[in-house]
Amino acid sequence: MTAPSRRSLFQMIGVVAGSAAMYHAMTELGYAEGSSFEGPIKLSRPPAGSSVLILGAGIAGMVAAMELRDAGYKVQVLEYNGRPGGRNWSLYGGDTYTELGGATQHVQFDPGQYLNPGPWRLPFHHRGILHYARRMGVAMEPFIQVNYNAYVHSPNGYGGKPQRYRKIQADFHGHVAELLAKSTRQNALDQAVSKEDREILMQALQAWGALDGNYEYKKGVASSMRRGFDVDPGGGIKSVPVPSEPSALSDLLRSGLWSAIGSGHNYELQSTIFQPRGGMGTIGKAMGANLGPLIEYNCKVTDIRQDGEGVTATYVDSRNDGAPRTARAQWCLCTIPTPILAQIPMNVGAPMKAAIDQLPYLAAVKVGLQFKRRFWEEDEQIYGGITYTSLPSTTISYPMWDYYSAGKGVLLGAYTFGRPAYLAAAKSPQERIQDALRDGAQIHPQYPAEYENGVAVAWHRVPWAMGCQGAWTEEARDQHYNNLCALDGRILLASEHASRLPGWQEGSVTSALDAITRLHARVVQP
Amino acid sequence: MMRKIILATLLMALPASAADTPDMRGAPFAMQGGEAVYRGVCQGCHMADAKGASGAGTYPALAANPKLAESGYVLSMVMNGHRGMPPFRGHFTNAQVADVVNFVRSHFGNHYKGKATEADVQALRQ
Repeated sequence: MTAPSRRSLFQMIGVVAGSAAMYHAMTELGYAEGSSFEGPIKLSRPPAGSSVLILGAGIAGMVAAMELRDAGYKVQVLEYNGRPGGRNWSLYGGDTYTELGGATQHVQFDPGQYLNPGPWRLPFHHRGILHYARRMGVAMEPFIQVNYNAYVHSPNGYGGKPQRYRKIQADFHGHVAELLAKSTRQNALDQAVSKEDREILMQALQAWGALDGNYEYKKGVASSMRRGFDVDPGGGIKSVPVPSEPSALSDLLRSGLWSAIGSGHNYELQSTIFQPRGGMGTIGKAMGANLGPLIEYNCKVTDIRQDGEGVTATYVDSRNDGAPRTARAQWCLCTIPTPILAQIPMNVGAPMKAAIDQLPYLAAVKVGLQFKRRFWEEDEQIYGGITYTSLPSTTISYPMWDYYSAGKGVLLGAYTFGRPAYLAAAKSPQERIQDALRDGAQIHPQYPAEYENGVAVAWHRVPWAMGCQGAWTEEARDQHYNNLCALDGRILLASEHASRLPGWQEGSVTSALDAITRLHARVVQP
Repeated sequence: MMRKIILATLLMALPASAADTPDMRGAPFAMQGGEAVYRGVCQGCHMADAKGASGAGTYPALAANPKLAESGYVLSMVMNGHRGMPPFRGHFTNAQVADVVNFVRSHFGNHYKGKATEADVQALRQ
């Protein structure tokens, strides 16, 4: 292996710091867009007797139901589950969850512990979902995305020993700053930086990279103020700090760990991020309580049919496939996940049908693990935040509540998308938990002694979702997105899958608001 | 080698929307042979006995399924996906696709004639 070229080094900087190329790639995937929420919606009063049938009591369906109800529409919501929320969902001790294939898990978490199998973060600029959470009186607490004392880990670097995020970020910035300072001094950047600007750049690199007086990144107080000391400064006689030795650039580069320090730079993962106190599912629960009897639970929709005057949905009891019943309204807002909706007979035009048929949901898996004690806090001083590993479990996240409590804690032991998630979905829940324990023990050796119980959710096996979020590609979006969102006769769709914020609840909220705004315009000005 | 690492991590750095930094794709599927592919991936939805499963929607049974008579149909479903089935063209090699198609067409009560080849899969990549 040779030392990386300057070009490849810059590529890496782009990866970590966020370059134009990366932004471009992000926008292509629809991830870099902000929220379109513009404050509370105000619909005028519709003609008397106006009615909307809403399919699905997830975030999109319930936001639409509340706003349409408040405007004066007659609203009815049909929901497959026996609870509101959809993918807005938390699992607590005492809950039972049966996945497709029949495996049933009895969650054994202690009181106060939970897992959010689906969404778990609310970025500060997702103003729509935050607006409704506040309206529902849901208390918020901070979600720690970046924890400098959590780990980044790969079996291929540093002998497989987990490294503190702080050290890897400090070393990466320090080494890159030193290289750039050298290039600047050697006039290698003459084309790009004027003589006057060079002075400023040198100062900036020194400050940004914690370089010493010679513009070098090396063992000393400057670098240790970023990466930490071997012995921290203290009081009294034993007060002399001992600086730590930065890792060698080559070790750092070859470890690949530099790729794990960028997540907090992404717009959607920048501070401040919130989580609802007591679990994400508290939002859905509160919305369900707000709507009360307008939601009919345990309804499995089997047919959706529109005619000149309205839309009729046929449904059966989802628990026993009982006798078919029907619900009817002038209009229908359908939030059923596309993998399911694609199988329900529905007389819409070919463009919407094609858009539904081509949109599968992504694979994702989350595993929650309860431990007897909060060893990550007690032994390792990790309070919330995320550890990243190149092992299949990918993400380990520490509970961001009840810090310093003497009791137990539930870790997010794995959170993975893509191929590792496909592999995990093909296994039993117990095997998924065992895999997460095996991976995690490479980072936290306390795992085997402290583990108590766990729960594993593979989203392709979730009976009412069949995946975690719409799997858009840029080509598919160009071809089908507008057709998916357009009003087809009397039927309109809403969900995160009908948004440019895939997988985010903000996508569900803004999709619902956009849909009912268009629907309302059609109702009041036919 | 270095080039390979950078490429892999470039992909990793793309935020997976509601996901984190990592990895919308992950390491390539390493399993070889139709049964290993089925056990490793496909049974996640179509189940170990290939009888599928039903909730709000249905994962169709592959066992004793007359639609599997036409290997081209099965190949197209695996490669392109449809109605909830994700496309796997970006996840499997030609050999993996051909092997798993041949596996499901000759197991679980299916005894269909004719074999899918890697060339058949390649043709779907054009």
